[in-house]
Amino acid sequence: MRSTWRTLDAELLRDVTAVAAGAAVSGASFGAISTGAGLPWWLPVVMSLLVFAGGSQFMAVGVVAAGGSPAAAVLAGLLLNVRHLPFGLAVGDVLGKGLLPRLVGSHLLIDETTAFALAQSDPRKAKAAYWSCGVALFISWNVAVLAGALVGQNIGDPGAFGLDAAFPAALLALLLPALKDKATRHAALLGAAIALATTPFLPAGVPVLFALGGLLVTARQEVKP
Amino acid sequence: MTLTAVLVLAAGTYAFRLAGPLLRDRLKLSDRVKLLMSTSATVLLFALVATASLTKGQGFAGLALPIGVLVAGIAAWRKAPFVVVVVLAAVTTAGLRFVGVS
Repeated sequence: MRSTWRTLDAELLRDVTAVAAGAAVSGASFGAISTGAGLPWWLPVVMSLLVFAGGSQFMAVGVVAAGGSPAAAVLAGLLLNVRHLPFGLAVGDVLGKGLLPRLVGSHLLIDETTAFALAQSDPRKAKAAYWSCGVALFISWNVAVLAGALVGQNIGDPGAFGLDAAFPAALLALLLPALKDKATRHAALLGAAIALATTPFLPAGVPVLFALGGLLVTARQEVKP
Repeated sequence: MTLTAVLVLAAGTYAFRLAGPLLRDRLKLSDRVKLLMSTSATVLLFALVATASLTKGQGFAGLALPIGVLVAGIAAWRKAPFVVVVVLAAVTTAGLRFVGVS
């Protein structure tokens, strides 16, 4: 593990810090929104530690705040999180060997860690990127949720700071190297079109899964040696 | 939201997360399939970028958000540092909202 940290370079650390800072502000607003919706302060904190998937947490609290049942909230959250299964198939190798790294590393499998790992060219850097991003986000997200839940209403809408744009922009920047490949780019564009076209008709989370239909255009993709 | 609901959501989410790395161990994947898996992750993440930029709930997100992401995307394509890309997205979107563009 020590050699994993040594592989970290200053540039990667800076990039991870930027994403962690953005996650902290979203986390604080999640904590504040949750207590604002009438939850006890510890519930969003426990949820963030155990679920650790921001989108599904906002979704679940939102469903309940809008009058939905806890069961509906769980279902909506789980639908959003199905995508982690294919993520694990794609980057599962970077967690490390052995049961413990697998068990702990799996909990850190999120959009950002997947994108950071995919953006690295060699496996050792991918492992360092995955773990540093995962640990940094786990700490910043959870500390911020606790702070937000305790401070409560004083934290405004993250939209006012444009943070809802920071998340997709960060993912996009990390995906650009992979999108240089023509077949991948075509699949991604077709997939995004499918997701956007189905968003008005399907529950949240499902359109993104339908994007996998875009893979049909990679049927004749060349395997690189 | 109840503690039970939180625990069920957490358990289900963790199961999705653990399934990928474990399945990858069990199955002997060919290079073709490994490539397909990493392309799948890119396709999913790109779809997430598109929906997070353009939609809010089941409707259109408004102009400020996609313009911010687009400006950041162009900066990233022109090889701007990652931190600049992320800050540019937030500043552009926040600025547009500040001047009244939703």
